[in-house]
Amino acid sequence: MSTQGNLERVLRSGGFVVTAECGPPRGVAPDMIRKKGEMLKGYVDAVNVTDNQTAVVRMSSLASSVILKDMGIDPVMQMVCRDRNRIAIQSDVLGAAALGIKNILCLSGDHQRFGDHKGAKNVFDIDSVQLIQCIKGMRDDGRFLSGEEVKPGPSIFIGCVENPCIEPLEIRAMRLAKKTSAGAQFCQTQCVFNLGSFERWMEMVRQLHLHEKVSIIAGVTPLRSVGMANYMKKNVPGMDVPDELIDRLKGVPKEKTSEEGIRICVETIERLMGIEGVRGIHIMAIGWEDVVPEIVKLAGLYPRP
Amino acid sequence: MRISYPTSIKIIKVPCTGRVDIIHILKAFEAGADGVYLVGCLEGDCHYLNGNIRAGKRVKYIKKLLEETGIGSDRVSMYNVSSAEGMKFAEIAREFTEKIKALGPNPLKLIRV
Amino acid sequence: MIVADRKPFDEIIKMLAPYSNILVLGCNECVTVCAVGGAKEVAILASQIRMRRMTDGVKTKVDEKTLERQCDTEYLEELKDVIGSYDAVLSLACGCGVQFLGERYIDTPVLPGVNTTFMGVTEKQGFWTERCQGCGNCVLDRTMGICPVTRCAKSIFNGPCGGSWGGKCEIDKDLPCAWHLIIERYKERGRMDAFMEIIPPKDWSTARDGGPRKRHREDMEI
Ligand code: SF4
Ligand code: SF4
Repeated sequence: MSTQGNLERVLRSGGFVVTAECGPPRGVAPDMIRKKGEMLKGYVDAVNVTDNQTAVVRMSSLASSVILKDMGIDPVMQMVCRDRNRIAIQSDVLGAAALGIKNILCLSGDHQRFGDHKGAKNVFDIDSVQLIQCIKGMRDDGRFLSGEEVKPGPSIFIGCVENPCIEPLEIRAMRLAKKTSAGAQFCQTQCVFNLGSFERWMEMVRQLHLHEKVSIIAGVTPLRSVGMANYMKKNVPGMDVPDELIDRLKGVPKEKTSEEGIRICVETIERLMGIEGVRGIHIMAIGWEDVVPEIVKLAGLYPRP
Repeated sequence: MRISYPTSIKIIKVPCTGRVDIIHILKAFEAGADGVYLVGCLEGDCHYLNGNIRAGKRVKYIKKLLEETGIGSDRVSMYNVSSAEGMKFAEIAREFTEKIKALGPNPLKLIRV
Repeated sequence: MIVADRKPFDEIIKMLAPYSNILVLGCNECVTVCAVGGAKEVAILASQIRMRRMTDGVKTKVDEKTLERQCDTEYLEELKDVIGSYDAVLSLACGCGVQFLGERYIDTPVLPGVNTTFMGVTEKQGFWTERCQGCGNCVLDRTMGICPVTRCAKSIFNGPCGGSWGGKCEIDKDLPCAWHLIIERYKERGRMDAFMEIIPPKDWSTARDGGPRKRHREDMEI
């Protein structure tokens, strides 16, 4: 394999990684990405760039990733199966690799019903497990899905996602096993609020020895307000926000809620760091990126290797 | 006991309101009826189990059809009366007649092409 | 069966605006079973059109007829002598019937009175749901008789996606997650090993993606 990206480098050296997320702008605003990049640079090992998340049109994940890369940040380009068929997907993988992108995160993608183009036709030619397999095949076997030769193949660190907090947990662990055998090398999880359920999931993951094959990076999200916590609990499919957390936020004066939210997040990280098999954390502070450095420092994860 | 009800009402007897089809009611309007109402047994008392309940649901659907057609949904109604309630029957007849009078004649009769 | 839904009445009225001599034509097959285009619905719609046209002050003649099938030339022949007397036919058959009728009688406009929606089943009286998308290469043997192409909102073959929640699909709380159903059956039949197998990308060339499809049996040709 040719040169490694920073994420892979830190993981291979045995370090505990920190990644964050950057949502591209809804317009031609490269400076907005640069601004977020500046905020995160030095505090995280890699930055995820979402791919038209919640099916809302934004600047392409590929272009945004390149902007971050040019700033010296290691981008994790997210790629969903909703909007492209296997022809476009493989073409974008080649393009991304040619532009120096090292990490691709494979997802199904939120259904367009959640987005701003509800009348769009979806693609779902291949699914996320098949996407992982596809990129692995291009890289390791030098073959497109068709069996034709890729010359030369892309060198990509392949990621996947999993939701560790929705029942039945064993299905979620088994699905990670499928993704791992398809070729996933790291897995960034959905936000963990319910540590109990995450721990149970990790136990299953360890039983299947998956943590030895795929680097588990646990997702966290700082809760900024009681309203946000309630919204996530009620409206985001697959999000399990326990009532104790909401009560804790409610228990402090309004001007202190975000502070409390940060404290909860840092405590969560500390507990996650103690769980066997957790190789890093992924901070998803959507629309609140400037809080990431503080969280990283408070969790004792600064400076980065 | 003889109880009187408005003479403008033409009664059509059916074994059960469940027997009344959508098209029967539409045809009545096509033929110039100003209003149509079904009188079924009390809910739970249907001799054919649930004919009256199905008729009620059908009336709801017919209201939609009449509304889009331009006849108006208020010209059709469903009532449930027990066979022992002659007074109630007459009362409903008067009430419905008043309602239809207020609505005026079937619009189809006003326009003749 | 093919399931359809009546078009909004105002849309039908608009469509019919240029015509005064109309035949509302039903079909005795699927659309009769799903109560949208059989003789009953033909009578209702024709009556509605007559009344609406009258209140709009437009002179109209609306006739009613229902064929055994509109997707078979044999039955379309029945219209041979009468179709010429109409300005337009409003067909309550599925999209296949509407087209085939139009192909047979090119001089008469044939208009769709229903929106053809899906291939499905009568789950209970008055409630129909989708089951098959005619992908041309059935995988039901691998997925415990539940179709991932049709019943998973993302047509994924290695589900469930991260949005599956409490057995329901992320797009609708009332919609069962297909992969939840599939896994339940794998469990019941002790076949979780089959779940662990990765299903490779599907060859969609047998589906609509491969272009309009045809089926040929020479031995049946006359
Ligand atoms: S796999 Fe294809 S043919 Fe089989 S039920 Fe699903 S869509 Fe229909
Ligand atoms: S929730 Fe289930 S049915 Fe819905 S898209 Fe995901 S896997 Fe498919």
